[in-house]
Amino acid sequence: MHPIIREVEAKYLRTDIPKISPGDTVRVHFKFKEGEEKERVQVFEGVVIRRRGSGTSATITVRKVSFGVGVERTFPLHSPRIEKIEIVKRAKVRRARLYYLRERAGKSARLKERFDQKVME
Amino acid sequence: MKIEGILGKKLGMTRVFDGEGNAIPVTVLEVGPCAVVQVKTVEKDGYNAVQLGFKPKKLTKCTLPMIGHFLKAGLDTGFYLLREFKVEDPNQFKPGQVITLADLALEPGMKVDVTGTSKGRGFTGTIKRWNFQRQPMSHGAKKVHRKRGSSGANTFPGRVIKGKKMAGHYGAETVTIKNLTVVDVIPDKNLLLVKGGVPGWPNGYVMVYFK
Repeated sequence: MHPIIREVEAKYLRTDIPKISPGDTVRVHFKFKEGEEKERVQVFEGVVIRRRGSGTSATITVRKVSFGVGVERTFPLHSPRIEKIEIVKRAKVRRARLYYLRERAGKSARLKERFDQKVME
Repeated sequence: MKIEGILGKKLGMTRVFDGEGNAIPVTVLEVGPCAVVQVKTVEKDGYNAVQLGFKPKKLTKCTLPMIGHFLKAGLDTGFYLLREFKVEDPNQFKPGQVITLADLALEPGMKVDVTGTSKGRGFTGTIKRWNFQRQPMSHGAKKVHRKRGSSGANTFPGRVIKGKKMAGHYGAETVTIKNLTVVDVIPDKNLLLVKGGVPGWPNGYVMVYFK
């Protein structure tokens, strides 16, 4: 990618997004339009199973189990529609893509929590 | 300053967000600065146009006829790319003058046409080149999976009609994409962001025409 494109993207990047890595449990506050003028904030809480792309194209995929059904949503990290992202907890994982969580449920789908001071700040 | 278009270079693609949070795919173009190398007038040449030069080139690397052409315009450098653009009033331009993105009064929301050279694909079969269907991969098909099928009728006309779509060289031709929306203009870096793709590889030359 051309270095100048990185400079162009810098204007559109958000600086208030925390550092998110796979295995983190996050709460994504996502704004969406309901009807014409109404705007509502929806909260989606789950485990980040993938982070892809760089610059303005970066996205995260968040997985949660809702009423026994696995639900995954992909959010563009720098979208203005994201009001905020809270990190609930972090976990120690050994892969960049946690697709193996899809085949697991209950006890085996747990992740080992990580209390890394440097990362928490 | 009324000019038909300007020269530039494709840098690549990315995505940006608009005010509502929609992600827009954009192509980043480096547009200008271009120098006026020659002014053509109705009286002298039969039409009004200016010849613009883009991407400076050392004079020592130019051929002698080109060096003479550049020196005549009062320039101390040559250019890799020269193209003509129509103008309404040639008196506004004089050789040696530099045109930048800031002179053009482009704004987000305006439409432009972008001309470039498409990616060369070499000798290509009919499926990729003309969007033909492929033939069955099984059910008795043998060695004809990607062949073109029939090339015409039998005794009449007894020949293959001219222009029959066949395999051959594809790409590396001049392509114009019309009505691309300008998403952002960054004059101090000579950058123009247009919505969607433009022909060719990154670092390929493009011509941007205004509406």
